[in-house]
Amino acid sequence: MKRIKTGWRPVAAILLLLLVWEVAGRVAEIPSWLLPAPSQIWMEAVAGWEDYKLHLFSTIQLTLLGFLIGTSIGIAAAVCLHLLPKLRQTIYPLMILSQNIPIIVLAPLLVIWFGFGILPKLIIITLVCFFPIAVATLDGFRQTSPDLLHYLKMAGADKRQIFWKLEWPTSLPSLFSGLKISATYSVMGAVISEWLGAQQGIGVYMTLASSSFRTDRVFVAIFFIMVLCLLFFIVIITIEKRVIRWKKKGVEQHG
Amino acid sequence: MADLSIIDVSKSFSGRHVLENLSLSVSDAEFVSIVGPSGSGKSTLFHLIGGLLEPDSGDIYLDGKRVNGKRGAISYMPQSPSLLPWRTVLENVMLGGELLGEKNREEAISMMAKAGLSGYEEAYPDQLSGGMKQRAAFIRSMLSPQPLMCLDEPFSALDEFTRLDMQQWLLSMWEEHRRSILFVTHNIEEALFLSDRIIVLSSGPAQVKADFTIPFPRPRKESVVLSQDFLEWKKTIYQELRVMT
Ligand SMILES: Nc1ncnc2c1ncn2[C@@H]1O[C@H](COP(=O)(O)OP(=O)(O)O)[C@@H](O)[C@H]1O
Ligand SMILES: [Mg+2]
Repeated sequence: MKRIKTGWRPVAAILLLLLVWEVAGRVAEIPSWLLPAPSQIWMEAVAGWEDYKLHLFSTIQLTLLGFLIGTSIGIAAAVCLHLLPKLRQTIYPLMILSQNIPIIVLAPLLVIWFGFGILPKLIIITLVCFFPIAVATLDGFRQTSPDLLHYLKMAGADKRQIFWKLEWPTSLPSLFSGLKISATYSVMGAVISEWLGAQQGIGVYMTLASSSFRTDRVFVAIFFIMVLCLLFFIVIITIEKRVIRWKKKGVEQHG
Repeated sequence: MADLSIIDVSKSFSGRHVLENLSLSVSDAEFVSIVGPSGSGKSTLFHLIGGLLEPDSGDIYLDGKRVNGKRGAISYMPQSPSLLPWRTVLENVMLGGELLGEKNREEAISMMAKAGLSGYEEAYPDQLSGGMKQRAAFIRSMLSPQPLMCLDEPFSALDEFTRLDMQQWLLSMWEEHRRSILFVTHNIEEALFLSDRIIVLSSGPAQVKADFTIPFPRPRKESVVLSQDFLEWKKTIYQELRVMT
């Protein structure tokens, strides 16, 4: 109920923005190749559906596949590093460091090494998904309560039981925070990887549109990227709410 | 069946002797309390019995089997309730048995009812009050298959009223389900009210200072704490503890 009460504010802000944009565009007579009005973008979005829907589907596929691979590897790596503390001490700082490498710089290299197929694209998405989820999951493991750990040890739990009954559930909230970040990143990663050369995809559609000054189509692409991110986010939040039922209502995490 | 014998156990941490040649025993279905100043090594003693630590010397026998450094031989209740927040109360109270592969749902439900927790089976620990959490923790240790229960200051984090309630409740549960209990507390009245025997520990290093058999009849009534005898006992034990400091 609270959500409905406060939810209208951002919606109103967006509507206001669109309105100002529309009016300003008409009053100042900005040419549409420079900045199309929201109404023009909307018309193109409706009219061009047949043209871009395949691009859209291809990007969705690529994103999902990359996300699955990236997060699986990320979670598996986090578990390994957690179970092998020596390895973690060695690798963890490197992982944090490597997060500072802009993926856009790596991307051309990957194309040189792996060509224009799907492999370099998946590698890019995997890379951008991997770090947030791995780091978040590892941090989650470290939040294990010493009291609970002590109890389980006294009660005779072995290492395996301690992991599955204590450490893994402890890390879940953190893991989901990581998943949310990875979801957004994986959409971005997919689009960036498509810029580098692909047959299909929102990234390709965007490049073609901008090189032929169809700015309205560029905006259509941006719109769909946002929608994809948002949908993905919502799916993950929904799963999170089902999995993490024990959290008190009202302390939902945002981020 | 459960009898515990601790024979000449010593333990030191980086050269500091915490326990030295400590011996004590608990017989079957006996309620034994350990009182001693804080920092005297009571929890350390539990960690030794629970197998988290190994004694530097000496032996710990449970039912005639040597359990030095062996985990999972006792059922344990710590000071904080330590319920897993993502499990329902029912799943929590079954945890002790689950770890050893002996889960009994029906028994757990009926035990929860005796503890006044029926209706909370599917609730999460967050939704329980402090006293209810401790009761859940106690039932979890009752339902664990190990015969000896080790309770480490289980009520010391509760407020005074809840604490008195819990003591009576614990006593009634115990009188119905006789188990061997080793109970650590720093509250003399609590120890007197609950125990068959009270062992007073000295500190630095801990040794058995005195071992009293408490003669109050069972089932014990609440009114016993107001009797003259009770007061005398309290004095005696207080004296024992005071001589050390
Ligand atoms: N793992 C440990 N390492 C080092 N010192 C410890 C350890 N556990 C307990 N001690 C020390 O042993 C002494 C007894 O502790 P403890 O058994 O917790 O006392 P109590 O439970 O009687 O209050 C304390 O001085 C504490 O600092
Ligand atoms: Mg202690």
